[in-house]
Formats: sequence, structure tokens, C-alpha cells
Amino acid sequence: MRAFAQLYAELDATTSSNAKLLAMQRYFAQAAPEDAAWAVYFLSGGRPRQLVPARLLHDLAIEQSGLSTWLFEESYQAVGDLAETISLILPEAPHVSSDGLAVWVEKKLLPLRGESPEVLARQLPELWSQLDRTSLMLCIKLITGSFRVGVSKLLVTRALATMAHLDSKRVAQRLVGYTDLSNRPSAASYLKLIAAESADEHAQRGGQPYPFFLAHALSQPVEQFDALLGPASQWQVEWKWDGIRAQVVKRDAKLWVWSRGEELVTERFPELANLNHVLPDGTVIDGEIVVWKADQPDTADAFDPQSPTAPAVQPFALLQQRIGRKTLSKKMLGDIPVVILAYDLLEWAGEDWRNQPQAQRRAQLEQVIARCNHPALLASPLLTGEDWFDLARQREDSRRLGVEGMMLKAQDALYGVGRTKDVGVWWKWKVDPFSVDAVLIYAQRGHGRRASLFSDYTFAVWDGPPDASERTLVPFAKAYSGLTDAEMRQVDSIVRKTTVEKFGPVISVKPSLVFELGFEGIALSKRHKSGIAVRFPRMLRWRQDKSVDEADHLGTLQDLLQ
Amino acid sequence: MDLVIARPEGLYCPAGDFYIDPWRPVERSVITHAHGDHARTGNQHYLAAAPGEGILRARLGQDINLQTLAYGERLLHHGVTLSFHPAGHVLGSAQVRLQYRGEVWVASGDYKIEPDGTCAPFEPVRCHTFITESTFGLPIYRWQPQAQVFAEINQWWQANAAQDKTSVLLCYSFGKAQRILHGIDAGLGPILVHGAVEPLNRVYREAGVHLPATIYAGDVQKNDPLMRKALVIAPPSAGGSTWMRRFGDFSDGFASGWMRLRGTRRRRGVDRGFVLSDHADWPGLLWAIEQSGAQRVMVTHGSVAVLVRHLREQGLDAQAFDTEYGDDEEEPVAVEHEPTEATS
Repeated sequence: MRAFAQLYAELDATTSSNAKLLAMQRYFAQAAPEDAAWAVYFLSGGRPRQLVPARLLHDLAIEQSGLSTWLFEESYQAVGDLAETISLILPEAPHVSSDGLAVWVEKKLLPLRGESPEVLARQLPELWSQLDRTSLMLCIKLITGSFRVGVSKLLVTRALATMAHLDSKRVAQRLVGYTDLSNRPSAASYLKLIAAESADEHAQRGGQPYPFFLAHALSQPVEQFDALLGPASQWQVEWKWDGIRAQVVKRDAKLWVWSRGEELVTERFPELANLNHVLPDGTVIDGEIVVWKADQPDTADAFDPQSPTAPAVQPFALLQQRIGRKTLSKKMLGDIPVVILAYDLLEWAGEDWRNQPQAQRRAQLEQVIARCNHPALLASPLLTGEDWFDLARQREDSRRLGVEGMMLKAQDALYGVGRTKDVGVWWKWKVDPFSVDAVLIYAQRGHGRRASLFSDYTFAVWDGPPDASERTLVPFAKAYSGLTDAEMRQVDSIVRKTTVEKFGPVISVKPSLVFELGFEGIALSKRHKSGIAVRFPRMLRWRQDKSVDEADHLGTLQDLLQ
Repeated sequence: MDLVIARPEGLYCPAGDFYIDPWRPVERSVITHAHGDHARTGNQHYLAAAPGEGILRARLGQDINLQTLAYGERLLHHGVTLSFHPAGHVLGSAQVRLQYRGEVWVASGDYKIEPDGTCAPFEPVRCHTFITESTFGLPIYRWQPQAQVFAEINQWWQANAAQDKTSVLLCYSFGKAQRILHGIDAGLGPILVHGAVEPLNRVYREAGVHLPATIYAGDVQKNDPLMRKALVIAPPSAGGSTWMRRFGDFSDGFASGWMRLRGTRRRRGVDRGFVLSDHADWPGLLWAIEQSGAQRVMVTHGSVAVLVRHLREQGLDAQAFDTEYGDDEEEPVAVEHEPTEATS
């Protein structure tokens, strides 16, 4: 545990990728395989389900620290993280456990799940008393499933690859699915990650998907596209869907659906599970799961901008209703049907196709889809235009069609691993977000990097136009990202000076600050006072040039709903 | 009658007609220590503890009208007996003891409990009413013994030097810088200092505080191999500035009590955060208050509301004093710029 805590401290202390890489290599070179197995799991984003309710940890910590509840809450507000707060207020342990990470996770932490509050109240303090401060914080983060540290999966992959003298793409491949709940890290599974290349590697992979190829954002003006990308004809252009990126894997007469988070989601999409009957073994398809309602299950028609019918793809909010459910009722399956809009073919007839050019993969994909002729498997339509300007004009329909913009994929690009540009590029050419000018009315202290700064805000717009005789501010969105550190500190100090009232951790401020708020989607909502819910709100700009009176009003938001 | 009250100009003693650490110009000021938010220019008359004279004059001007008293020496003014007692915060820092008709008040300014060898250690003073700061007034703030922190700094410096990396340690140039210089292992390599630090080192040395030999960073050539093994002491404002470029490959650290929290550490964006403060931590504040024997406690700058509420729960008569000392309740904004330097 201590070695892993030491690694955590090192990773947390630096922003340099190189330093992080070295720290991980040092750790992996020394760690016992069973400990390394769990380290890989946690570092690459694995999280066991919460083992103990946070409330119980919180109450127990108060009891152990001897602090008044309010004093603990004040401390928590300043720290912004439960695990860290607990580690800071409990007395430092005089004797520290020398057990490794695997023993801690398997023998001490996992067994806590489902224990009665009485047993937990006895066991937890005993566990805590064996840990130094960093280990204690980690331990609580592992218990609550909130462990995070600033390394990407790619970096973990590179560390393992360098240490084991392997190609990092190979390690990435082996790592796919490692953090899924169905996999339990063990010395054997770790040794498999770093084992020398074997001839039958391909045959051993079962339902494993490929690492997803990720796109880069393209934000240059269209006038520069010719210079930047060459002629549009060299690119495969598609809509950028607002759904769940997924791979459908069919091997050994079985079918698996994996989300981009490398979570196995087959059971949540029975429509797709049915593809098992039509897809041949040794096929892997990459695409987007969306909610689809169309009279004609023909993608070309459903996406003809001239077509008078409503677009067939439904808002992400609807898909979200389905993802949250454990059991799917017949009614829900009927009301919210999904399809996969396929856009790439990664494996065909048991062969890895990722090193084939994009255009060829696409051609083969279309044949596969045609041969299957299944209503839940549609091809993401290709878009054509005379030139970039023509495509830019078509892109203006994005909002109406319910898509986020366009994807540009080089015709000759291979399918890369992660967010790389080494074998070709995918660009996401998104439409600009919606934006309104809103007033900051409530603030709360943030978490993590924003801890103890008033950095999480609630924004409001006026409920009437500027000429209305009497109007008030109605809250409609919360946001915390988008400001620079310097701006955040400035806003924090203004918030402190203009505080009106305190409601627990939330304070109301005298309205004086106006921000341009950006968001991706907007929908009617009964849950919000304003009657409106926005998606991915964030601050685009601090409008220091605008007074509160000049902020937008509900009418502006309602116009965006159209 | 209250011996000290809060006025728009500062903390005021009506009986003696003088101010303690006023933030607006007044006729008579009593200064607890020379940090910028406590000692300001423009007062007609200054009274301070003798060991702080050099720094006060260096910062406010050689020609200020300054009278000093040795620690413990008494002065009778308008019936008020005034004396200074060590606060352990920085060189010359003092608690101000006021006695008037049998009533004793102590205004402690900023203070630190752990002795550090660069200034007279904190001395508890018995009183009826104690005026305390509350910069780190939350139970999450508990300091490690400083020897441990210095050992961490030494280790970091050594590891960097082994990789031919300069170690740049950012800290406040008055107090913290000298405390670090005094505490680290000077045998590990050359020590360079920023232009904001060197003049203060001189004052400390003149006051008889032992500091290791330091080199003014401006005197070292950019490619001097000495640089690769060096520890550089610089003010926080130098962090991320063009001034840092001269060091090429370097590791940066920041020494402050705020580094105790992961969030502030990460926001600072340095390689290492060292938890080292010139203020009392939570147990330190409570200890000092208890040692004063005061039944009444006035709380100034910091976590005022928290400390007041906690002390009331302990049965003390605690109240808040509104002051303009260091706006450093959480992540200090003012302290990041050297000219308006406060402490942390």
C-alpha cells in the first residue's frame, strides 16, 4: 500500500508526463505482480463499486476525530474532498502496515462491502490506524470509488510497454477491458499484460475489442481547410453523432458490445445483442449507438436535409434515460429503440483490418451491413460536397438534425490507437456551442484543483425582456469550467466581497458578474425552475464589459429551443 | 472599557490614543512586525520591538520616526503600560501587551509556536483579553516538525542536483526565505537568491542570525555549471516569470502552509509543495490562546467565524475583529505579488 501511495504522491506532484512515466516504471519494476495488477487497474481508471456509503465514512471520521460536526463540515468545505479531509484530521498512525496493495484491496477493503454499520464502525478505524497520511487518503478513495490521478491510460500503457520491452500498441490491446467489472486483477492477469509476444495472441483474445481511435478537434476557419487538409475529396465525411461510441465484437458465436469507456454494455442493448444471429464470426464494428425513430429505416432518407420528416436520431437525453436503468421494460424498449450507426470495420473474417486504409474499410463495411440486412445495424451515411465551403453549408443543418457537426477522416488513414496522429487523422469539426450571457447568483467552493475557491457557480437569466417593468433572475444552469486560474481567483475574491447569504456550503452573491455561457444542447425540463435544461454548460468568457442588465432573458433561451 | 477597539483606520487603543498595525495613516502607530499588511507607510510615529528596527527601516524608509523597545521593556503612555513580547513569526515580530488600570490585553499580530532560530521564540503572555490571528484556523492545518520539512527539501535538492537540475524554491522573501536558509543543509551545494531576498538576508545577518553564504542569482552566468547543482530561493512572483528561464532545466517547489491541501498545491502548478508556515497551526492557535489564560478572545484575519464559534463552544467569550490584514483566508491573492507581500 505504501509503495502505491508513494507512486500516487509522485504522480500527483508533477505535471510532467516524463516524470510520471519514470515514476510508474520505477514502481512496476519493483512491485509484486499481484500488487502491480491492482495498480494497473486503478491507474487506468478501474473502480470497484463503492464499498462503504460515504455518509458512514463521514460520520465515523467525525467520531474518530472528536470534532464537532460543524467543524468537520467547515474543514470539508475548505478541502473539497472527503478522503483528503479525513486523512488530514485523523491523528497520524504511529505504526504503518507493510502489506501490499493486493492484500489491502482483496483481504481488507473488498470484504467491507455489505458489512453492517456496526461491523464497519469497528473495522474501519482499525484499518485507518495502520496507514500513513497519503495511504489513508488513498484507502478512503479506493473505498468510495473516487480514486483518480492525472495519468492517462495511454501513459500507463507506455510505462508497461517500456518496462516489458513491448510495442505499446500490443499492451494497449491487451489492456482493453482490463478495468471492466467482470475482470478481477490478479498476478496472472498482470503477467499476461507484460508477457512476451506469442504466436497465438490473436486467438486468445475472446470478446476483447480494439483500443478506440479517437478524434482531434478542428477549430480553424473553413477558409484554411484547403491549406490544412487538402481537397475535400480526399476525406471521408460523416455526421458527428451525439450518442454512445461503441464496438460490436462477434467471435466464437458470441457477441459483445463495448462502450468507449471499455465497459461491457451488451445487456443494456438487446437490439444490438440480436446482431449475434446475423454477423459472422471474426467481425468487429465501430460505430455510435443512438436512439432511432424512423418510418423508413433508411439512413439516407432519414438524413436528407430536404426531407420534410423529423430527423430520425433522437436527443442524447432520451438515450440517457435508458442507460440509467438496470432492467429494461418492454415499454422502454418500444419507446426508446436504439440502433448502431456503423462507421468502421476493425476486424473481418478474423483478420485485423486496422492497417487497411479508411476507404477500403468503409467499402467492406458497407458490404457487411448490406449482407446482414438488420434494422439495428445501419451505415452512418457519407456526406459529399463540391468543396469545403459546400460542406460547411451542409454543416449548418447540424442542430436541426440533432448532430454535433461533422467528422473528417482521411481516406487513406489507418485505424490508430487512442488519440494519435501517427497513422492518419480523424478530425471532429463541431458546430459552435449555443451561448447566452448569464449572471452569477450562487457560488460554492470547488473540489480537487479548485478546492476551497468559490469556483462552482449557478447562473441565471432574466425572466423578462429589458423593457419589462419588473423582472427577476431565474437560475438555469451550473458551471465550473472555462475560467483560467487567475480569473478564478479574481472571481473568488469578488464572490467573497459580495456575499449576501449563506445556505450551508452555498452562498448567494449580489448579482454583478456576467459570463458568456456555452452549452451543447437545450431541452424543456420540469425539474428546473426556469423550465429549461442545458447540456454541458461551461463558461466561455467573462463578460467584464457587460452589466447585469445586459444579460440575456428566458426568451433568448426559448428561441434556442426551436 | 475595552482597551482595543476596531476602527476604520485599524485596531485602536482609546486610553493610549494609538493604533496597532493601522492600515490607514495615523499619528501614533504600534507595529507588531514588518510584513506589508501590518507595517504601512505614512504614520507620524512608529513604535516597535528593537530587533525589528533594521527591517522596518529597510522597508518603510530609513528616516521614519521610529522608537523601539527591547522585548519585555515597559513604556508608560497616557496611563497605558505597553511592552513587546516575542511572537516567533519573523525577525522582530512581537505581541503587544497593554495594561491599563489592572486590565491586560495582548495583541499578538501574526505568530508561530515552533522556535526556528531566526527570531526570538513565541512567549505566552498572560492576559485578560487576547487578540489572535486565525490564518490557519481549521483543524486540517497541523504542521509537521520543521526538521522533517527541511529534510524533505534537502532530499529534493539532492535528487535534482544528481540529475543536473536546478532546484528553485519559491517562498516569501521576508521571514520564510531566511528560515529556510537557516534550516537547510548548506553543504549540499551552492545557494542562489533572488534580488528580492538578498537585502533581507543582509538585515538578518546584521541582526546576528546565522545564514549560510548566498550568491545573488544575477551574478551567475547563464551557462555556469554551478547553476545545475544549486538551490535557488526566490519570491512566489518569480514563479512562471521570464526570470526563471535562466535556469533552463529546473524543478520548482513552493513553501507555504497552504501547500497542506492537495487543491492549492495543484493549483500552484509546481513540482513540489512543502508545508512550511510562519503562522500557528490549529493546535498552535488553541495552545497560545489557552496559555494566555484569557477569558476573552478577539479573532482577526483568517478563519474568523470558525475560530470564534469553536472558542465559544469551549466556554470563552470570543468575538470577531474586522481588520484588513492579509486577505489570505484561503488561497491568498494579495500574497502572490511581492510588493503587497503578506505571509503564509
